Amino acid sequence: MKFFSGLRDKLREGLRRSQEYLGGSLDTVLADERPIDDALWEELEELLIAADLGAPLAVDFVNRGREEVVFGTVTRAGQLRPLFRRFLADALAPVDRPLVLDARPSVVLMLGVNGSGKTTTCAKLAAALKRDGRHVILAAADTFRAAAIEQLEAWGQRVDVEVVRQAAGSDPAAVVFDALKAATARGADVLIVDTAGRLHTKSNLMDELAKLRRVIERQVPGAPHESLMVLDAPTGQNGFAQARTFNEAIGLTGVVLTKLDGTAKGGIAVRIVRELRLPVKLVGVGEKIDDLQPFDAAAFVDALVPEP
Amino acid sequence: MFDSLSSRLQTIFDRLGGRGRLTEDNIQEALREVRLALLEADVNFKVVRVFIERVREKAVGQDVLRSLTPGQQVVKVVHDELVELLGGSGHRLAAAAHPPTVVMLVGLQGSGKTTSAAKLARHFARQGQHPILAAADTYRPAAMEQLRTLGAQLDVPVVGAAGQTPLAICRAARDEAAARGLTPLILDTAGRLHIDEAMLDEVRAIKRELAPHHVLLVVDAMTGQDAVGVADKFNQAVGIDAVVLTKMDGDSRGGAALSVRHVTGRPIAFVGVGEKAEALEPFHPDRVASRILGMGDVLSLVEKAQQSVDQEKAQELVRKLREDAFTLEDFRDQLRQLRQMGPLDQIMGMLPLGKMLRGAPAELEGEQADLGRFDAIIASMTPGERRAPEVINGSRRQRIARGSGTTVQDVNRLLKQYAQLRKMMKQLKGMEGRLGKLGKLGGLPGFPMPRG
Ligand SMILES: Nc1nc2c(ncn2[C@@H]2O[C@H](COP(=O)(O)OP(=O)(O)OP(=O)(O)O)[C@@H](O)[C@H]2O)c(=O)[nH]1
Ligand SMILES: Nc1nc2c(ncn2[C@@H]2O[C@H](COP(=O)(O)OP(=O)(O)OP(=O)(O)O)[C@@H](O)[C@H]2O)c(=O)[nH]1
Ligand SMILES: [Mg+2]
Ligand SMILES: [Mg+2]
Repeated sequence: MKFFSGLRDKLREGLRRSQEYLGGSLDTVLADERPIDDALWEELEELLIAADLGAPLAVDFVNRGREEVVFGTVTRAGQLRPLFRRFLADALAPVDRPLVLDARPSVVLMLGVNGSGKTTTCAKLAAALKRDGRHVILAAADTFRAAAIEQLEAWGQRVDVEVVRQAAGSDPAAVVFDALKAATARGADVLIVDTAGRLHTKSNLMDELAKLRRVIERQVPGAPHESLMVLDAPTGQNGFAQARTFNEAIGLTGVVLTKLDGTAKGGIAVRIVRELRLPVKLVGVGEKIDDLQPFDAAAFVDALVPEP
Repeated sequence: MFDSLSSRLQTIFDRLGGRGRLTEDNIQEALREVRLALLEADVNFKVVRVFIERVREKAVGQDVLRSLTPGQQVVKVVHDELVELLGGSGHRLAAAAHPPTVVMLVGLQGSGKTTSAAKLARHFARQGQHPILAAADTYRPAAMEQLRTLGAQLDVPVVGAAGQTPLAICRAARDEAAARGLTPLILDTAGRLHIDEAMLDEVRAIKRELAPHHVLLVVDAMTGQDAVGVADKFNQAVGIDAVVLTKMDGDSRGGAALSVRHVTGRPIAFVGVGEKAEALEPFHPDRVASRILGMGDVLSLVEKAQQSVDQEKAQELVRKLREDAFTLEDFRDQLRQLRQMGPLDQIMGMLPLGKMLRGAPAELEGEQADLGRFDAIIASMTPGERRAPEVINGSRRQRIARGSGTTVQDVNRLLKQYAQLRKMMKQLKGMEGRLGKLGKLGGLPGFPMPRG
């Protein structure tokens, strides 16, 4: 995706910060002269757990590491580092898919639990696409949360993108309907729909989202082209339940992992990718308009298990 | 995975043939299970390590109580220990000697500060106080409008205008509070990362000048391992007095609560359980302990059930469920009892299998309002119809609707909800065995639903 080119360094920088914060503990665990013993395996497991990969995945990786030692392919602690990097890369590789926004108009449905970064991501994506010369429209379909519409409108003004809105409290389906009409009428390239935050356990709110999806489907055949669940990196194991439930109810095309500029590593994404085969498509690395990057599996692995 | 930690532990002890006394050897494997349960609940791994050691020390050498099995005994030790570490409940935000009492909210982006500020304002207003809010987030687009909207809904004044610094806004709010005799003053600050030193400086400056009586760290209950680092850093850099744990209305296990408590030593003052201003509750360590262990909120369910379930009716219902003889009349009784216990979706959320039963709460949501109508509808049925609702066809529905002054849609809804509850009851029945064990542990009364 050319519209993101040249920004990868920023992600690495953000990820490096979180490593520094955790303080090179991996170097101690995998110091080359260290004997490979139970203590080492335990520490390694804990490092993966600390990154929110979840205990089952951490245990699985460690068991596979033990096998390599049994087979004699690994004899020194230092060799575990490339091995675990490979485990991670393999877990992420099969679903390395970029955004596909070729149709006209392409519709992006942004959804997820409360406060994960949906509205900000909509704005960032709009700005990135606009920079790329595309005609973008935003739909303010969060009519519920206080000043959610004003928030998106403020972003719309900043990035100079039209925001289709109605009054607070109106039916989000009606907003989406209007926005789809506007997008078609103006020959827009991409319509990005910002939805209200909702916990995946609230079935009435999930129904509302399913309805939004149906409105989009009916209006624009083949849409929504991207249904992205926005997940923030500090999220723990609950992130998996979120992805599974949203995927079952709505059908996701991928995940956006936000707030990677903090110290959280977003390891739950590995479990989501592996078990649900859902790609991480974008990452958020800050609150500013250009703090959005395409997901880079290699950089992500670097952050979890850095090269020495 | 956790529908029953205690039954998994029991399997281990059965295999060991462990009886009588808990020893270092026979609890080793059990503690591994406990460890996994805590990690799955997002308790920080370092906290888990310390916790497991404490449990080991407490458990080894204990006689297994006659009423319990070794598995239950370990769960009991774990549970008690969790409750103790989670700390006392009901941290009150004491009023300052010289008003206004100043409460400052800090935390990561999107954790729920602004919403919690409004919730706290409502909380204080209901206690007869006259709160005032300061919108000190000058960064996030429309952050001030958000707080202003919430304040207007609650009829609580909000101070803050574009173009001012956060510190200036807080100062102005304090002056206004003093001038108008309003207290407490609640400061909503911008979301910030715990590693953003410039932003931490800002909040430190506000703290220095406003000298808040209560600094609350707002933490999202879905937070994973990072909760420890975040809480520790905010506590070191700013100093916090208590924690607000938000978004507990979902199905996250809330292990972050233990992490945060452990690393800061600060109590959890409030729990956020929804987006609306009234969705704020005091913190109950026993409930969160059960939740972390994935036992649902069995204990609070028990408590609620004890308060409100008519024991005899409950026994009768148990019998009927077993015989699959649950009629519309029973349904009415059941709805009444459930209503006394609180909103249905909360009750369902507290059950271990709440997830499996997802979908039911929404269908039954209107139930609170509909109860009067349901009474009328059921009263308009013949005894035969009440016992065997299958016979209620289209023309009968019309008759019942007319007789009860409701619509056919109302009748349909009632029948649908009845069918659904019946299905739920069947599912709950399947849990009978597993919950039976916990029942002994907590001394479950004859609560009809989980034991069915
Ligand atoms: N540090 C950081 N903050 C972010 C990032 N993305 C969003 N935020 C912040 O997170 C907070 C919540 O972002 P929103 O975009 O409003 O989140 P949302 O999902 O739309 O929230 P609701 O609509 O209330 O559910 C805001 O303060 C954003 O500035 C990111 O990548 N990094
Ligand atoms: N379900 C649920 N949602 C909540 C709860 N508390 C807050 N929220 C939602 O979480 C989202 C973020 O809440 P805010 O109050 O805007 O969070 P904030 O910490 O002020 O965010 P920033 O100012 O951007 O840092 C909103 O959609 C809220 O409605 C809660 O207890 N339960
Ligand atoms: Mg939003
Ligand atoms: Mg806020």
